[in-house]
Amino acid sequence: MINKIVTSVEEAVQDIFDGATVMISGFGEAGSPIELIHALIDQGAKNLTIVSNNTGSGEVGLAALIAHKRVKKMICSFPRTANSTVFPELYKKGEIELELVPQGTLAERIRAGGAGIPAFFTPTSVGTPLAEGKETRVFDELTYVMENAIKADFALVKALKADRYGNLVYNKTARNFGPIMCTAAKTAIVQAEQLVELGDIDPECVVTPGIFVKRVVKITNPAQESKLVAENRRYPW
Amino acid sequence: MVNELKEGWNVNQMAQKVARDIPDGSYVNLGIGIPEKVAAFVPEGREFIYHTENGLLGMGPVPAEGQEDPELINAGKKAVTAIPGACYFHHADSFTMIRGKHIDVCVLGALQVAENGDLANWSTGEPGAIPAVGGAMDLVAGVKTIYVITKHNTKTGEAKIVKNCSYPLTGKAVVNRIYTDLAILDVTEKGLKVIEMAPGLSFDYLQSVTEAHIFQ
Repeated sequence: MINKIVTSVEEAVQDIFDGATVMISGFGEAGSPIELIHALIDQGAKNLTIVSNNTGSGEVGLAALIAHKRVKKMICSFPRTANSTVFPELYKKGEIELELVPQGTLAERIRAGGAGIPAFFTPTSVGTPLAEGKETRVFDELTYVMENAIKADFALVKALKADRYGNLVYNKTARNFGPIMCTAAKTAIVQAEQLVELGDIDPECVVTPGIFVKRVVKITNPAQESKLVAENRRYPW
Repeated sequence: MVNELKEGWNVNQMAQKVARDIPDGSYVNLGIGIPEKVAAFVPEGREFIYHTENGLLGMGPVPAEGQEDPELINAGKKAVTAIPGACYFHHADSFTMIRGKHIDVCVLGALQVAENGDLANWSTGEPGAIPAVGGAMDLVAGVKTIYVITKHNTKTGEAKIVKNCSYPLTGKAVVNRIYTDLAILDVTEKGLKVIEMAPGLSFDYLQSVTEAHIFQ
C-alpha cells in the first residue's frame, strides 16, 4: 500500500544530511513550512544550501535556521525584507554565501530542474550585472542568457490539503514555489493542514500530483511567522 | 535654477495620468510603492486585471482591518484581496505570464532612467549593501509596455532622468514612457520626447532640471 503520511515532523526530516541542498517554499511568510524548518533545526543538519525566495524574518523559521549557522549558501531573489536581520548580518561578516537570482529565473531554474531540462535561455537580466560571465546567444535578433537548472536533495513545502498518495492543494498565494519545488527535489516533504481521503480532492483540482511528493505530515494549525516575530519569539523556544 | 522649481504634479495626479493611458481590458502589474496608487484611478468604463507576481491574477483592494489573510498577499508582502474571477498559480506559471509577454502593462518605480530607456531600480551598487532583485528584471524583460513613475529628481536634487545610468541596470532599453512630477516623457529612437508638462512649466525650464536631453 502506498502511504506517504508520516506521523511526526521529526520523522519527516530525519534523513536530511550535512551538505544537502534543500528547497524551502514560501514568499515571505506565505507558504513557509515553519514547523518542518524547526524540525530541521532540531535535527541538526548543517552546511546546507538553501533555495528559497527570501531569507526569513525575525529569529523563527528560515531566519532561525540561518541564525544557527546551518546554512552555507542561500540561493534566492530577495534576501532582505522587513524584519530580516539575521541574513544581512552574517552576509556582511562574510559568513554566508549568496547567489542572487531574479525571481522568475529562480522559478524557471527550479521548474527546469524538475522537468529534466538542464539549462535554458532567458531574456531576463541581459545587460545587467546578474548576467556577467554567463553564456549568451542570439535568437531572432534578441540576446538571451543561459541559466542552469536547480535540483535539490530535499524540498520542504507547505500545503493546505494532502492525501496518502501525496496529491496536494495549496492555499491562495501560499502556493508560490511549492508545486515546482516538489518536482525539483529527490525527496519532497510536505506539511499539510488537512489530511483527506483518496478521492476527496477532485482530480481536476489536484495542484501537485502525488508522484512528486515523498512524505506528508499533518500540521493542523501552523504557526504564523509574522505573529511570532511580533512577539519576539526565537526558535528553539 | 533651484529657486524656479515649480510645484508640479503630486503623486496622485501622476498615478491618475498613468491610469488614463492604460487601455481597457489590460492585464497590469503594478510595482511596489507609488505604482500601487494607479489602481485608485481607473477611468470609468475601463476594467483592468491586476497581476501580482507571487501568484495571483485578479488582485483586489486592501482588505478591511481585521480581514487580512497572511496567505493572501501581494508582491510587496502586503495583505490584499482576490476579486471574483481571480485565480492563483505557482511561480513558474506567474513568470510565464510575465516573460511570455502575456502581461500588457507594468508600472515601476525607478532610481534612474536613461534617455535610451535603460532602467536602474534594484540597487545603488553601494559596496556592502545586500543585493536584492526580486521580479524586476523579469518584468522589464517580458511585459509588453513598461511605464516608470518617479519623481523627476531626487530629494537632494540629483538627476533621475539621466544620459546614462550610473547604478546597476535592471534592463537595457526597456522603458517606454516616464511619468514624473514635472512631465511625461516617451522613450523614442531619437531620445526623450516631452508628451506633457506640468502646468506653468516651460520647456527650457524642464530641460534645465533634466540631465538627459529632451525634445518636443
